Amino acid sequence: MSEGSRPETAPAITLEHVHKWYGSFHVLNDISLTVRRGERVVICGPSGSGKSTLIRCVNGLERHEKGRLIVNATELTPDVRSVERVRRDVGMVFQSFNLFPHLTVLENLVLAPVWVKKMPKAEAQRIALEYLGRVHIPEQANKYPGQLSGGQQQRVAIARALCMQPQIMLFDEPTSALDPEMIKEVLDVMVELAEGGMTMIVVTHEMGFARTVANTMVFMDGGTIVEMAPPETFFTAPSSERTRKFLSQILAH
Amino acid sequence: MSQPPVTETPDEIFAREEEPVDGLHKEEAPPRARGSVLGWMRANLFSSIPNTLVTIACAALLAVAVPPLIQWALVEAVWSAADPAQCRAAEGACWALIEQKHRFILFGLYPFDQHWRPLLAVALFVVAVAVSCHPGFWRPWLAVLWVCTLGICALLMWGGVLGLTFVETERWGGLPLTLILAAVGIVCAFPISIVLALGRRSEMPAVHALSVGFIELIRGVPLISVLFMASVMVPLFLPEGVTVNKLLRALIGIVLFTAAYLAEAVRGGLQSIPRGQFEAADALGLSYWQKTVLIILPQALKIAIPPIVNQFISMFKDTSLVIIIGLFDLLTTAKTALTDPPWRPFYVESYLFAGLIYWAFSFFMSRYSLFLERRLEAGAKRA
Ligand SMILES: Nc1ncnc2c1ncn2[C@@H]1O[C@H](COP(=O)(O)OP(=O)(O)O)[C@@H](O)[C@H]1O
Ligand SMILES: [Mg+2]
Repeated sequence: MSEGSRPETAPAITLEHVHKWYGSFHVLNDISLTVRRGERVVICGPSGSGKSTLIRCVNGLERHEKGRLIVNATELTPDVRSVERVRRDVGMVFQSFNLFPHLTVLENLVLAPVWVKKMPKAEAQRIALEYLGRVHIPEQANKYPGQLSGGQQQRVAIARALCMQPQIMLFDEPTSALDPEMIKEVLDVMVELAEGGMTMIVVTHEMGFARTVANTMVFMDGGTIVEMAPPETFFTAPSSERTRKFLSQILAH
Repeated sequence: MSQPPVTETPDEIFAREEEPVDGLHKEEAPPRARGSVLGWMRANLFSSIPNTLVTIACAALLAVAVPPLIQWALVEAVWSAADPAQCRAAEGACWALIEQKHRFILFGLYPFDQHWRPLLAVALFVVAVAVSCHPGFWRPWLAVLWVCTLGICALLMWGGVLGLTFVETERWGGLPLTLILAAVGIVCAFPISIVLALGRRSEMPAVHALSVGFIELIRGVPLISVLFMASVMVPLFLPEGVTVNKLLRALIGIVLFTAAYLAEAVRGGLQSIPRGQFEAADALGLSYWQKTVLIILPQALKIAIPPIVNQFISMFKDTSLVIIIGLFDLLTTAKTALTDPPWRPFYVESYLFAGLIYWAFSFFMSRYSLFLERRLEAGAKRA
């Protein structure tokens, strides 16, 4: 993997001076960021710094209030159709998996392709089984999410997002809710995804993963991007004192 | 320090040690409940001093209450008598009243020689309900079955074709009337309540205000006044000369009232769905209605089964309030049966009879909801 070097491709996601407030709380303060096709951006930062809010703005789960946000050449505007358009190209994986507990694994996977993409059911099932294989749990198709371990559930969640064949994947702390012994099985799947050339934004504190996968590291604090650098510079010679302090804390244990 | 009490038998300890043979271990049976009836009684009825006292108190209460009840209801009861004088001479219950009047209590003023029609309609209805209870039969044909059943029931009740004499709704009464009010009430109120509950959570101000306004208005007044308003006010809104019959007006009142209460039960279910479910559906690109119908409602309604069924049961019994607008439901016919002077003293028997029927239906709903909860729980185990 061409670690560190940013691909010279067209931009997939562009944020220009994006702002957002919760009431009077300035949760995103002048965020500018470009993610190119095939690029992997890893975002880290202390809790409450606005990381989740930032990536949730990218697929319209939260609405930005100022600045421009362009995803796959579609600008996110108050028009709901722009959100619909963007969500077709963007998959998301949550910290708490958010699988649908009343549906089997297979039903979780085929739901969106059948209802949103109007794909024939047989084809959706074929694709679903293929992705279940890629996340290494083809044998769990007919179980309910509650019968799986956390690591298996998160891999199903990844497969569910992939079944929509997105061009961009967002991950919001995908391993934070997992027991230590299950973290690796999820990270392995994400590394394979990165090797396949997927455009990814990953919020995580797994720095080993970040080193392997990231083209660009972003450090956020207090709603702003404090530091943005290729991983080799980011980990060895961060320019900001705050980044250095955060890294020493997180790498300490 | 004293030794901890030994709670495991050697067998159990052996079984436990045997278990962790990776992947190959034998299925361990749960430890058998030991002992006999006596053991069970010791564990459940006399496990502590308060428990023992409660047990003794209950036993005493039963000893005082049950024998006289049996004496009255069974031993000294008059089961059959054409003349109420025989009942007055006896000490026990006068079941002869039921023998004499059951047809009036069950079918009200429906023409006497046509009673087989409401009887058949009720039987068909009960069979259809019984068939629908089996989850294995939840297939599209069930809807067809219901349309046919209700069509045949309506045909039987109204008549006017196929050589059946026409019977206007004013003469319907008793059990069929109660079942019609309850069934139509449930079937119509349920979807309305879902729309109201969704409306109450809607971000569209007009939809939200309308739903809240309706729910709070209806919940703020007693059912009797809703029935009364439906009966008096509905005709005022209609053009001159158009009349809506009494039964329909009662149904409108019951449906509106039940929908408002059910909406709150459904809203409780909706509120207990974690935000992540909505977000996951949104992130996958599902539309509002896809998200609601495919993801949110199946989970919310399952959670809301107990309060929903509670509402059904309460509404089933509340149908007896239609007496206010002059309909002869089951409770009213039970009361009216007593207007025959010689039989008048035996109101307890008449009300017990009607009460038993109400109870049978309510108890069935309650047990069925328990069954459904367990069944759905087994279907989708939560983490
Ligand atoms: N819906 C909301 N309403 C109000 N405040 C919120 C909301 N969501 C998040 N916040 C606040 O915004 C800040 C940033 O949240 P978040 O983006 O989740 O941070 P992070 O993911 O970096 O931990 C936090 O202080 C949080 O309390
Ligand atoms: Mg977060």
